[in-house]
Amino acid sequence: MTQLQARGLVKSYGPTPALRGITLDIDEGEIVAVTGASGCGKSTLLHCLAGILRPDAGEVHWRGHRLDTWSEAARSRLRRTEFGVLFQFGQLVAELTAAENVALPLLLAGTGRRAARTAALTWLDRLGVAECADVRPGEMSGGQQQRCATARALVTEPRVLFADEPTGSLDTLAGEQVLTQLVRLAREQHTSVVLVTHEPRIAAYADREVVLRDGVIDHTGLGLDAPLAGGSR
Amino acid sequence: MNSGLVSTPHLLLGLLATGTMHGYELKRAHDTRLPQARPLAFGQVYATLGRLLRDGLVASTGPERLAGPDRTAYTLTEQGRVTLDRWLSSVEPPMPYVNSPLFAKVVVALLVADVDRARAYLVAQRRAHTERLRELTALKTAPSASVDDVVAADFAIAHLDADLRWLHTTLDRVADWHREVHS
Repeated sequence: MTQLQARGLVKSYGPTPALRGITLDIDEGEIVAVTGASGCGKSTLLHCLAGILRPDAGEVHWRGHRLDTWSEAARSRLRRTEFGVLFQFGQLVAELTAAENVALPLLLAGTGRRAARTAALTWLDRLGVAECADVRPGEMSGGQQQRCATARALVTEPRVLFADEPTGSLDTLAGEQVLTQLVRLAREQHTSVVLVTHEPRIAAYADREVVLRDGVIDHTGLGLDAPLAGGSR
Repeated sequence: MNSGLVSTPHLLLGLLATGTMHGYELKRAHDTRLPQARPLAFGQVYATLGRLLRDGLVASTGPERLAGPDRTAYTLTEQGRVTLDRWLSSVEPPMPYVNSPLFAKVVVALLVADVDRARAYLVAQRRAHTERLRELTALKTAPSASVDDVVAADFAIAHLDADLRWLHTTLDRVADWHREVHS
């Protein structure tokens, strides 16, 4: 089933066009890498798909419902319940422990305190950072912080995970460990992933790669918008 | 990747440093330890062992009279151990020549054809590299992957990634390059 659809998305920042007509479908459980050079519009596309930004023109459909016309409150609720978001860095609340950080989305969604903590501990364990449960972000390594952020993005078992350069601040090995676990867990719970990256090595974890060039999808040979023989599905 | 040639004699000496082996065991050990390398041919194993014997770097323990074919076992000699140690202590020259077929093909395309031809080649090559990168990523992230598999795939992935970065950058530079070649 198609989870997300973008139809003719256009978005500008003042006089600068970021997206110039993007049409894209993302299926349930599919992992799609969005790649391209800096400034090609890939982060803007992710923000529009996640309902964080409203496109100037075009439509975003979420499981058959038009999302871009919803109120900010409705889109925000959707992001809390159905979407998970993971950025490059600076996402954890510095004053809270890892377990409190991971429990946060569940508490906001109305889950009881004890159940939220139990789920948070489970997810920290799945990401291999159970030992960080009662540690604050400032006392963790970059890799540990990003694993906690990944646990927090997945704790609500979202239908779609939006990840913008999720390994950008990590060294190769730490980045790989985060990504391997992210992909494995997303597949286990059938979460779709929109993975924005400028690195071919990272894009290779996805089922499909969509290349942007100057705000449009580049179909000239590398518009790899069909599953490849070597994909892992 | 330097000359691109791996020293088979040193590889065999290294494998024999782990214990006495028959020719076929050496071949199997090679293919297991270097899972993404081209499998070693039996002919190459025996030819190399012949030279190592001649140079006194290995000793043979004589054919075993078993029911099957004659099988000679090979052992590393003290001289072989010294040679192996010297090889392990020397560094490989870091990329002494830029002689990649990728690079050569773009140069020739720009000389004999036009920017579009060079660009078409770069795009096609980028696709082929991307597909291989995905195959290797799937291989190393498979639950059944051994550390041998992961380390070999890592090596190939890092080199493909470097090539891909070069392909991307060169695609953006190819018009300027063509102007320079034909100025």
